[in-house]
Amino acid sequence: MIIENREALKREQEAAQKQIDSYECRILICAGTGCVATGSQKIYEKMQELCKDMPGVSVEFDGHVPHIGVVKTGCQGICELGPLMRIEPLHYQYVKVQMDDCEEIFKRTVLNKEPVERLFYKKGEDSFPTPDDIPFIAKQTRITLENCGRFDAESLDEYIASGGYSALSKAIFDMSPRDVIDEVDKSGLRGRGGGGFPTGKKWKQVAAHTDVKEHYVVCNGDEGDPGAFMDGSVMEGDPYRLIEGMTIAAYAVNAQDGYIYVRAEYPLSVERLTHAIAQAEEKGLLGDNILGTDFCFHMHINRGAGAFVCGEGSALTASIEGDRGMPRVKPPRTVDQGLWAKPTVLNNVETFANVPGIVMKGADWFRTIGTEGSPGTKTFSITGSIENTGLIEVPMGTTLREMIYDIGGGIKGGGEFKAVQIGGPSGGCLTAEHLDVGLDFDSVKKYDAIMGSGGLVVMDENTCMVEVARFFMSFTQRESCGKCVPCREGTKRMLEILERIVDGKGVIEDLDTLEELAAMVKNMALCGLGKSAPLPVISTLKTFRNEYEEHILDHKCAAKCCTAMRRFVINPEFCKGCGKCAKNCPVGAITGVRKQAYNIDNELCIKCGACKDNCAFDAIYVEA
Amino acid sequence: MLDKSYYQKTDEIISHYGRKPSALIPIMQDIQAEYRYLPGELLTYVAKEIGVKEAKAYSVATFYENFSFEPKGKYIIKVCDGTACHVRKSMPILEALQKELGLSKKKHTTDDMLFTVETVSCLGACGLAPTLTVNNEVHPTMTPEKALELLTELRGDSV
Repeated sequence: MIIENREALKREQEAAQKQIDSYECRILICAGTGCVATGSQKIYEKMQELCKDMPGVSVEFDGHVPHIGVVKTGCQGICELGPLMRIEPLHYQYVKVQMDDCEEIFKRTVLNKEPVERLFYKKGEDSFPTPDDIPFIAKQTRITLENCGRFDAESLDEYIASGGYSALSKAIFDMSPRDVIDEVDKSGLRGRGGGGFPTGKKWKQVAAHTDVKEHYVVCNGDEGDPGAFMDGSVMEGDPYRLIEGMTIAAYAVNAQDGYIYVRAEYPLSVERLTHAIAQAEEKGLLGDNILGTDFCFHMHINRGAGAFVCGEGSALTASIEGDRGMPRVKPPRTVDQGLWAKPTVLNNVETFANVPGIVMKGADWFRTIGTEGSPGTKTFSITGSIENTGLIEVPMGTTLREMIYDIGGGIKGGGEFKAVQIGGPSGGCLTAEHLDVGLDFDSVKKYDAIMGSGGLVVMDENTCMVEVARFFMSFTQRESCGKCVPCREGTKRMLEILERIVDGKGVIEDLDTLEELAAMVKNMALCGLGKSAPLPVISTLKTFRNEYEEHILDHKCAAKCCTAMRRFVINPEFCKGCGKCAKNCPVGAITGVRKQAYNIDNELCIKCGACKDNCAFDAIYVEA
Repeated sequence: MLDKSYYQKTDEIISHYGRKPSALIPIMQDIQAEYRYLPGELLTYVAKEIGVKEAKAYSVATFYENFSFEPKGKYIIKVCDGTACHVRKSMPILEALQKELGLSKKKHTTDDMLFTVETVSCLGACGLAPTLTVNNEVHPTMTPEKALELLTELRGDSV
């Protein structure tokens, strides 16, 4: 059924809300990538079956039988505790739900409205029945993730019931395209993909090309940073918000076609978006004559094909055009000559997801959140050595301490915080001294880091910073498209040096060469990928120079990470002289006399660890 | 020489996306999804059909990591080496799989065409690191031991 005007949308909203209110019990099961991986699909099927097989299931005929809706929702955020289940309106949040728990949940919670306490989130002595109690969720401010985990990611009706598409209707019926742009401009929204360019300014520049008929709106969903999954979660968990945001952008800049470029590794996002677009078209919220007006906007999905560099604007548009995804020299900029050389709005998923809220509640509301220079919230994916891994959304200006300790629950296993890597393979490291700095676009730059798309990888004392720098360099080197020499050759040479140092073969002059190369690549590379590729090296060299020196001069890796520098040693006190290690050693580096302590010759040792893994007495340990 | 059915399937895919140069990547993706690799003959055929030069089609296909001219195994195992998985030790998992299957950095597919082992930069399931996927199904919190068990399980499946 097509929604042909504003009143029809309101009626649709009321009807959808009524439908939701009619459920006596709603079981929401997280269908984000993380929870699906831990088996939430099977839980969903099981609960559906349980609820179907209730006696007197014919809901329509028996008012006493609870009407139960089982829905799949997007990411609820605490990925490590999956599969997650939420029961409404009781508002219980269950974690680590297993197949065996389903019957009990059904009997106790669904039928008798009582909690299954053992499935609540627990920390120490405390138990948290509802998501609002769990510090991980309670301390966040959710705008773009507002709906994630709250309703069915595959139901347009539920999105509409929660007020979805009111913003588009407000934009089309109450505002001129110019008004929309002004509102976004006034809100101070900045590009969430990492660059932080003012969104309103971008839109203004595209709209100014009145002489060109075709304008495009392109969404960058090529979230390639390893350790980042914010955009994927929005595309999976609330695809309609992204589509509404893009539709509003199209209205503002007079675009007829839109493209979402989704990373190849996110099949679930492609599936959900395809479904959402089809539903929106069916309802007349996308396609020709949106909401019965002359405004037409068509949306297409392009799947990436495994090239990280396609996250760069001009490479992304080249890829949509069917070309090799290689960046080009700018200007002309994307706003002037983007997709098919036409004026193009290119924004990140999270940026578009912020738009409906700004249009609906106004720029002033948006500015009450976050900092003066960077209003609003930012989503981060916190991973690495942290208690609660997952997706969070906090106001700009939140400190690392709040994110890591208050929300993330601290370092895994109570370890010592060493650094956090921010901004992905092209970002930098922040250390203990930065724990209390409020993070926003401008503050992170001061510390040789970038906001990036929002990946936060927490590292403790078991992480070797030289190894980390090598890891990121190997990533960017592999992903360098090869078009410009500084990036193609520079990253290769830097990687060689880093590999040498990690391998225990570095010389102290290498550090100067590294610095020189890093500065050259940073200044001369063609695109953002190349320009930022040396940042992890620059930042670790500055903050953790002692670790580099230790590797080179003392042949030591304090974190015991770098294989070449490990020394396997037998503790004579524990060694029973059984000779098992000597038998297991592939290179004959272990010798000794039976029933006496054995000895490892570290000159011959290839550091495979076979001796340590097989020692029955834990007599072999690794020395840094 | 490929069987006629390959060309029929390709024709179907081409007509779905339309005969235009910009459809090159999605067409190649669908062919690859169908056959688990991109047969060179079909690439030549597609180029001609949608009006791009064969050299151009080849340059695009070789640019993107996802396209493979080599046939892949029945089970494509991708070990995640994103940051989160890397710091939680994903490489020993890859090494265990490679060792068990006699594969290496250069050789990705077993001779019996059962397994292909690759790495991927991030699957977006960092909360469950380290992860790997088997034909797009995510397996969470892996260890070298669990990975080897998984191989046994998959081998059992295919008999």
